[in-house]
Amino acid sequence: MIRDITLGQYFPGESGIHRLDPRVKIVMALTYIVALFLVKDFWGFFFAVLVLSIIIKASGVPLKFIIRGLKPIFIIIIFTFTVNMFMIGGEVLWQWKFLHITREGLFIAVFMAIRLILLIIGSSLLTLTTKPIHLTDGIESLLKPLTVFKVPAHELAMMMTIALRFIPTLLEETDKIMKAQMARGADFESGNVIRRAKSLIPLLVPLFISAFRIAQDLAMAMEARCYRGGKHRTRMNAIRIRKGDYVAVFLLILFVVIIVAEPSIKGLLV
Amino acid sequence: MDQVSLKIHKGSFTAVIGSNGSGKSTLAKNINALLLPTSGAVYIKGMDTRVMEYLWDIRQSAGMVFQNPDNQLVSSVVEDDVAFGPENLGVEPLEIRRRVDEALKSVNMYDERKSGPHLLSGGQKQRIAIAGVVAMRPDVIIFDEPTAMLDPKGRKEVMTIIKTLNSEGITVVLITHFMDEASLADYIYIMDKGKVALKGSPGEVFSRVEEIRSYDLDVPLAVMVAEGLREKGIDVPTHIVTVKEMVDYLCQ
Repeated sequence: MIRDITLGQYFPGESGIHRLDPRVKIVMALTYIVALFLVKDFWGFFFAVLVLSIIIKASGVPLKFIIRGLKPIFIIIIFTFTVNMFMIGGEVLWQWKFLHITREGLFIAVFMAIRLILLIIGSSLLTLTTKPIHLTDGIESLLKPLTVFKVPAHELAMMMTIALRFIPTLLEETDKIMKAQMARGADFESGNVIRRAKSLIPLLVPLFISAFRIAQDLAMAMEARCYRGGKHRTRMNAIRIRKGDYVAVFLLILFVVIIVAEPSIKGLLV
Repeated sequence: MDQVSLKIHKGSFTAVIGSNGSGKSTLAKNINALLLPTSGAVYIKGMDTRVMEYLWDIRQSAGMVFQNPDNQLVSSVVEDDVAFGPENLGVEPLEIRRRVDEALKSVNMYDERKSGPHLLSGGQKQRIAIAGVVAMRPDVIIFDEPTAMLDPKGRKEVMTIIKTLNSEGITVVLITHFMDEASLADYIYIMDKGKVALKGSPGEVFSRVEEIRSYDLDVPLAVMVAEGLREKGIDVPTHIVTVKEMVDYLCQ
């Protein structure tokens, strides 16, 4: 069961989007998110949706996979939608006792919902098309200039790499401890919330101890293999900018220009 | 550890045996400066482990494989893990690629290079760990109970790799409590309470069956058989310590 888990939510593929430099993809995702907050009207959102659909199509990730990623935040979307719809004042469209829906409220509610959905899809496309290990490489490389301000870029990336590596190991360990405690009569499934939380103690304490033991072993193994931090270190698969990445950056700049200039373009047309 | 003095020759296969708490692991960690001696000294290729300048050269020349295959792999991709050592040494990317491929082939794990450690068996993980050390081009590899957590199949795989590496010129120090593994060595040290209790070739050491048992250790199967045969009046030579040698002797 534990052997089947996928790390992160990476969707394996060989598309052009998959092959982009992770740094370019991280910048793209961040820019897209910022751009979503600059959009103020329907045409802007239409353009943002269009661009995202083209990227999804190009990445070859099935739509069903992406929709599934929205599930956990579905409640948040519904909640913000309702709050916005009822709470914002303006021209009243519908009223029932103290509840009222206004024209402005409805607009903002719809915009907010679209914005949230695009935000989630945009950022999940990054993790869907980038291997976790490339993602950490990308983050390390992007943070490198900040080492001047004492940002531990290499250390952060190494921590993420190790965390990714040990997720399955710790899950296995949890499974083992859980079974051992159940064999001795521990009950993890019945009782109210407080009782259940309490019953986790015999699971968490041994898990923490074993996590520390693993950390100690690993630290020694890393030292034995000459690990001494980021200095003097080379990489086997150094990430390189290729032709496709320049194209992507160019398209990204074009996208930002259109989003920013959109209201005035519309003004010219009308 | 107390008054432990030993010399390990280039290209040899030395086994160190001892029961729990006999100091054999401490000895291993002293060889590549993970632990430093409080008194006395350890020299690797003439380099003193107490001198900081030599630290990284020592750890490059004396690689180490640990007991738990899970807790010594760093990356979630096999080939990236093997590259970890050479990357730390600052080797050129193309050269790392070459070394990683070579090391993975030498442990027969080349086909799994894109796989993740959590999808491999214990024996396979241990072979990846060995590849990670081999890729650093060490002179000596210290194996600290490498098979203690493996099933019989994984144990056999790992022992075959160790023998092959040794025949290719890498000096091997094997810390173990499996007598059958130790009997493959050229030279054996038996540790007890932090001291060297017995030393010599497998033939010499395993001829002292009673003494070995007094250190809470067993003797290899072949030695036990030979002992039984001798009691029955068949004069088996003492240099026979492995099952293979025993079979060859009995079938002649």
